[in-house]
This record gives sequence, structure tokens and C-alpha cells, in this order.
Amino acid sequence: MEILDLTAVELGERIRKREVSAAEAVEAVYDAFRERNRNLNAYAAFEIDPARTAAQAAQTLLDGGGASALAGVPVGVKDNISVKNCLTTCASRILQGYRAPFDATAVRKLRGAGAVPAGTLNMDEFAMGSTSETSCYGAVRNPWNVGHVPGGSSGGAAAAVAARECFCALGSDTGGSVRQPASYCGVTGFKPSYGRVSRYGLVAYGSSLDQIGPIARDVRDCAALMDVIAGADPFDATSRTFPDAGFLDALNGDIRGLRVGVPEECFGDGAEEDVKACVQEFLDELRRAGAELVSISLPFVRYAVPTYYILATAEASSNLSRFDGVKYGYRTEHYHTLEELYVRTRSEGFGKEVQKRILLGTFVLSSGYYDAYYNKALKMKQLIVDGFAEAFGRCDVMALPVSPTTAPKLGESLSDPLKMYLSDVFTVPANLAGLPGLSVPCGFDRNGLPVGAQLLGAVGADALVLNAGHAYQLATDWHTRKPEICRPPLGGDVAERQRGEAVENA
Amino acid sequence: MRERWETVIGLEVHAELSTASKIFCGCSTAFGGEPNTRCCPVCMGLPGTLPVLNEKVLEYAVRAGLALHCEIDRETRFDRKNYFYPDLPKAYQISQLYRPIARNGYVDIVADGAEKRIRIHEMHMEEDAGKLVHSEFERVTYPDYNRAGTPLLEIVSEPDFRSSAEVLAYLEKIRSLFTYMGISDCKMQEGSMRADVNLSVRPMGETAYGVRTETKNINSLRAIEHAIESERSRQIHVITNGGKVIQETRRWNDDLKTSVPMRSKENAPDYRYFPEPDLPAIHISEAFLQAARESLPEFAEERQARFVKEYGLPENDAARLVARRETAELFEAVVAQGAGAHSAANWLVVHVPHVLKTLSESAEDAHPDASELAELIRRTERGEISRPDALKVLGALLSAETPFGVADYIRENGMAVENDESALEDAVRRVIAANPKAVEEYRSGKTKAIGFLIGQAMKELKGKSAPATVHERMEAALREPPSVTA
Repeated sequence: MEILDLTAVELGERIRKREVSAAEAVEAVYDAFRERNRNLNAYAAFEIDPARTAAQAAQTLLDGGGASALAGVPVGVKDNISVKNCLTTCASRILQGYRAPFDATAVRKLRGAGAVPAGTLNMDEFAMGSTSETSCYGAVRNPWNVGHVPGGSSGGAAAAVAARECFCALGSDTGGSVRQPASYCGVTGFKPSYGRVSRYGLVAYGSSLDQIGPIARDVRDCAALMDVIAGADPFDATSRTFPDAGFLDALNGDIRGLRVGVPEECFGDGAEEDVKACVQEFLDELRRAGAELVSISLPFVRYAVPTYYILATAEASSNLSRFDGVKYGYRTEHYHTLEELYVRTRSEGFGKEVQKRILLGTFVLSSGYYDAYYNKALKMKQLIVDGFAEAFGRCDVMALPVSPTTAPKLGESLSDPLKMYLSDVFTVPANLAGLPGLSVPCGFDRNGLPVGAQLLGAVGADALVLNAGHAYQLATDWHTRKPEICRPPLGGDVAERQRGEAVENA
Repeated sequence: MRERWETVIGLEVHAELSTASKIFCGCSTAFGGEPNTRCCPVCMGLPGTLPVLNEKVLEYAVRAGLALHCEIDRETRFDRKNYFYPDLPKAYQISQLYRPIARNGYVDIVADGAEKRIRIHEMHMEEDAGKLVHSEFERVTYPDYNRAGTPLLEIVSEPDFRSSAEVLAYLEKIRSLFTYMGISDCKMQEGSMRADVNLSVRPMGETAYGVRTETKNINSLRAIEHAIESERSRQIHVITNGGKVIQETRRWNDDLKTSVPMRSKENAPDYRYFPEPDLPAIHISEAFLQAARESLPEFAEERQARFVKEYGLPENDAARLVARRETAELFEAVVAQGAGAHSAANWLVVHVPHVLKTLSESAEDAHPDASELAELIRRTERGEISRPDALKVLGALLSAETPFGVADYIRENGMAVENDESALEDAVRRVIAANPKAVEEYRSGKTKAIGFLIGQAMKELKGKSAPATVHERMEAALREPPSVTA
């Protein structure tokens, strides 16, 4: 068995038993990056020196008796989460060469637990997208079929975890950016309750929606990562400490009597048949494990996508204003006036999707339109918050698909952006309401592409959601399936073959 | 017939708060410093950083709101004001629009001999921007972010002013309130207090407002006076020549004593304000509010009235004592140390400023020890030191860098009045003998001549006797019959 087939928690155990060293673990990930990154383009960059230094620090901690579950385990970090002295570029030209002079709080906590930040993972530019195609480093590919997208925006993280190019990773989720790529790539992804994980050091997209979350092989790894990164942070005024804690310890797999709400709106015409079938199987499995299925209605969900795109883009238009070529990152070479400096830098530095969302956000905040769009969306957000609070009176968690479809083909989504936005319908409600959401693999469609099921909890019920997902994974093995691409020695060849097929299909 | 014009003015005053650290990070707020040495990832707005409100700013703002008789919003929150400029690191300023900390207040002023109430529309918290340093030589502009993130209060008045005298009285009042609370030093020259002037004119008796302009970049009280007069004349000139005042923002040029248009209303930026998602709404508890109320000091006016009543001081002296909180407190401390209230007041409003002036020091920089100052005043009152010497001691006391002992200084410099009885008797006798003409005048009823004789005696004594004692002895000696043996 290859070391990269281990889950993060398994690797952590071996490291504590001195069967593997922190240095060996990080070299294994680095080797995978060097040999196989061209297959999927999952990494934005991999700076080995700081990773080796971190591995040494972790080994010192281990030798001194520091024995956290993830001590010595390498963790990939999405390219929008600051790692001190490392490139943090949000896969955007406008941040080319930018090195964060500080660690994000989540990264600092990883180091504190002896985990090793290793490699920055590719993504949609500024986390704006559902396909990981808008990166300035080029599109990420789906390890189950390189002709398809891995989802987004944390597509690099999901693809790397699925393809055994890393053990686990930190992603970020503003409208589904952890859960949806996890679903498309057949791995497990968790978006915590808003405020559970500090956003300090996460380059903001939609500040009131953004959360850092783990992407890993299974729920246990997600829980182990959550144990490290969760908690109130004096550097993030929106962060909080919730009463439940000890996520890994809370995974007992016992869901007898758990009331699982099944929102009728999420199983209608909107979702593909194969997706519905897999999620139905998921529900049956939960019932077999002792859960009680409760039919519920979330009529407000149909307003979630427009509400989301107004609020997220409004905040983004402001958050991304700081990238003006004055202090860091990309600056146009040709300018005579201040206005030219701004216009050219931002026109050349931002990609099309980012520019589109900045314009949309600028529009909805403009005087004369503010009440019709932004203010109305704020009110809608509150209705969604209240609606969920009421629905959670009738159930403990909710189960629904992550996405109405499996991974689309490369290039397919960007040509129909409205369809792409609408495909966020099952993921954005959790962000608007600040709920914890988990994506677990629950089967494959007729084309062999993974399907994900989503579990949502009330604000603060993160442990409950994780435990329900864990119960499911104790009873199933979808999360252990491995794409053909990472079965040596065929790796490169499979990629070539699938790429060829993709060209033929196009 | 020539029309008479009324000027209508509203003010936007910015006051820098004197918290030790910035509003959303831990950087120092000290003035100046090498460029870009007092900033961090947060106030530089680096990607991924987040603001966290400095509790002190909230505390100061609530106190300011109370002092301005405002309603405090118990669920206040911040908004983002979006615009691009290189001195604004995030390209938005964290400010307050929708739920400012304070609204609907007032301050009472006295101007042109009349009392007047100026209403406050609202007061809000916000962060300051950095500064741009233009190098003409290199034709390059350098941003300096030391000031970025300095906490500011912006106080927006209603258009209640009718003259520059009222404006100045209002600014002085705000300065007094804020310095009494210790929340801002309100120095216009250092930029810790700035004011934008909204001004319109209308024919006297008209009730509708005219079209207003806003004049920015005014950096001193004198400049405010000039700017108001200049804008008033300009608008009247425009109107009386058949033109129309256009709503615009103007920039004051203090060297040319004139303002130039910056931008018209049509070109006014759309700041796209929206609630700051990085800072949750702030709930102000009753306890927090109560603590703020209790922390309010006795302000200048109340203190002035008390000084008049409690110490029997003339209004004028009391007013001058309370102009600065430090002076008022020094006065009370000196009196508590045994100095007479009237002497203490006299010393603090006359001698101390005078001596400071000769030392070219400002009142803000002098912090004489109250007990030493009281010692000096007491000794002077008792005639144990001559007045010229006392002022010398005061000079030394005010310029002392280290703890200063008045008693030691007087002894070491031989300033103590000795009241040596035999020396005094000798001196009086010698002066009478040497000045028969003055003695004759005195005895013939021109009693003013005694002044000259006392002066001569003091000179003989080199100031080592108390003038009162010399006066007493001289009088006694002159009343004696002329010596028959002469």
C-alpha cells in the first residue's frame, strides 16, 4: 500500500508510532506533485523548502511528545488562504508574485498542532466559479475523467485529495466551493457553521458567507482537521466558539433516532435522475442505520441563488477593490494617470468571470439600485435564516443532493453561466443561513462520475452533521473508491487516454 | 436698494481620537514617524486581513456622543464607503452611514455676546486614510500608511451657524469638551481636528435655503474664518451678477486665500455604502452606557460657575482658568496645597502664561508640580521672597526637566528674604539721612514720597527684606521726630 493511500488520521497514527516520519510524508506528497500534477493541474504551486521546514518543526514537536492526531501530516492549502512567506495568489494574475507576510489563523493552528502546510492548491480565480476553470494557472481536471471539471472553486483541493496527490486539504466555501468539488471528485468536504473557523488570512470573496473548510478522504479526517482549525479568533470579529467541541471524539456512528429532514424541493425536476437515485440510496442507508426520515419543505430555497449572487458579488466588488496595482501584485506597464493605472491594472489582472462579478456587485450597490437589489437580498437572507430555523424544529439534520448534476465537461459550464449559477441551488442556502454542510460520496452516475450527498445542520450543529456522515461511511465504502488515474503505473497513460477521449468528444 | 444677505453654515468636523492604538488593529497612533513604520497587514489592507474594533474607540465615541447631548444608538454598526485612492489601502473606508453611534444632539455656544444652540445631526466613527507624499523632483508619489486606521469621529451639525464667530465658538466648544474628556487633543495644525464648511447665502428674511457648497482642506481656525468670508462673498457676487451658485465641493487654498472647485454634484462619487460584513453590529449595554455617563468630567462651564461660587473668583479669571482642563485642575491642586485662591488664580492666568511666553513654551508642554507651585505662591504671599525673584523661580520651575524643589532653589540662589532687623534699621536710617528732600516732602503731607524711600531701602537691602516690612519700618521711622543731633 502506498503511503498516499492512507487517510490523514491513519498517517498521523503511523507517524506517532514512528513508522513514518514527518519528512517522509511531505516528500511523498511532493513526489506526487512533481510526477503527477500535469495530469490534473491540481496545484497552483508547491514550494518545498517551507514545507520541509514545517515538517522539521512538526518532527521536533512530535519528538517532544506533541501527539495531536495530525502531527506530521501534510495538509494542502487552497491558493486563497495565506501561508506565511508563500505565494498566495487566488489563482489570479493580479496577485502574481504576492507572498503573504503572515499565516492565516487556520494555518497557524495547523502548525501549532504539528500539521505541515504543503503545497497551494489550484482553484477558480478568487473562488468565483463552480468548475476550477477560471484559474490563471489553467483548468483543473477531474481525476475520474480528465475531460470533466473537478467542480469549484476548491477544485484543486478536491482533485488532489481524490487522486492521492495529497492527504487532505483546506478549502473555502462561499456558495458551495468545498462541498460541490468534493461531490464531483468523490471525496468528503465540510463547510462549518459561519464563524466556526476564523477567516483571518482567507482572501475574502463574500465576507458574510466565506468559511474555510476541510476536504479529505473521509469524515474522520474532516473532523480531525476541524478539531485543529475551529474556534474563536481575536483577529476575526465574526468568529465564535460554539459549545460542542471534540469533533473526532464525537464520531460514534450512532444515529439511531436522528430525525433526517428530506426537503421535497430538492428531489424534483431540478436534479438528474442518477443523482436523485444515489441520494435516495443514501437516505435508505441512513434509515437502515436507525435514522428517521421526515419530509420537510423549504419553499424559500428557490430564492437562494439570486439572493446569493447579489450579496456575494456586492461584497466581492468591495473586497476586490484593494487590488489596484498600488501596493502589491500585478501592475500594468502602461499608464500615465492614476485612472489609467487602476483601469488597466484591473482589466489586465482580473479574469473575465471575476470582472463580471465585480461589475454585477458594483451595480447592485449603486445608488438608485441599492434598495431594489442589495437591501432586498439582505431581507431575503433573513427570511432564509428564519425559514431554516423553523425547519430545524422538525428535524435534526437535512439530507439533499450537493449538486443537481455530476461533473460537467470542461468548457461546458462557462458557455452557459446562468445554468452554472443555478447549479449552486443546493449549496448556497447553507452559506446564506450560516449552516454547517457536509458532502459525502454516495455513488456514481452512469458515466462513472461521483455523486455526493449533502447533510445540513442547524447553526452550531457541526458535530451532529459530521457524526451522521460518519455513520453513513461506516456502512458504505464509496469514500474509499479510488479513481483509475492514481493506480500506478498507469497514471500518466490514463490521463493521456482520457484527454484524448475528451478531445474526441468535444 | 441693496439686499442684505444671511450666511447659512453647517459644519462637518473630524476629530482624531487619542487612543494609543488604531481603530481596527494594534498599531500606534503616534503622530509622524518614518513613513510606513506604524502600520501592519491589517491597516495596510493586505489580502485576508480583517478589522477588529478597538473597544477604546467605542468608549470614547459614546462619551463624545453624550457630551454632545446625542441619542446613542444601542445597536450601532459600521458601513463601507467605497472609493479608489492610493492613500486608502482597502479602497474602502470603514465608516458609519446607516446606524451612526450618535444622533440628534446639540451644543450651546456664546458668540457675538449671545447664547445659541447648535444642533448636531449625527456623529459617527470611522478610520482615517494614509497620506500621499508628492516628490516634485522625481515626479513620483509615495503613499505613507502611518495615519491609515487612526480613529476619527465625524460630527455633522445642522445648518445652524450664521457667522464665522459662531463657527469658531462651536469649534472651541468641541475642543474644550473633547480635551476635557481626554479623547482628542483637537489640534488643527497637526490635523487632529479638521472641518469642512457647507455654506449657502440667502436674502435676509428668506426662509428657504440657498444652494450650498462644501469647502474642504481647511487647516486652521484663521483659515476657517477666511474661507467662510471668501465663500460668502463669492456666492453673493455670483447671485448679484445674475448667476446661480452651483452645488459643488471646493478646495481651500490657504496661500492664495481662495477656494477652487473640486467637483460638482454631477461628478460626486457614488460611494456604494453597505454594511461592513467583517464587523458584527455592536450592542451597547446599559452598563457600558452608564459607565460612560459616569466617566464624564465636570466640563468647563460647570467648573467655571463653581470656581466663582466656591472660591469667589471674578468670572473672567474663572473663565481663563477653565479654558484648559489641566489649568483648572492645577488651580484646584495648588489651592488644596494651601495657596490663596485669588493669588493662585492670578498666578495661573497672569504669571504662568507670561513666563511661558518668555520661555517660548506652549501651555500644553508645561506641567509644574502643584505642591511646588503652591510653595512658591505661599512664600510670595508671606513676603518671604521678592516678586522679581519669585518670577525667576517660576521660570526655573516651568523649564525644569527633573523634579524641582522651590525651597532648595530659593536657598541655593540666596533669594530668601532675611528680615535681618538690624540691617533693616540701618538701611532705613541711612536712606532717611541721605534723602532729606523726600523726607521733607513726606512730612509736609506728600505721602507718596514714601514709595521712593522704600525703593531706596530695598536697593540697600538687595531685596532681602519683605517690601511690606520695609514699608512698615519706614513709616514708623518717618513718624519719629527729626533728630536734634543732626
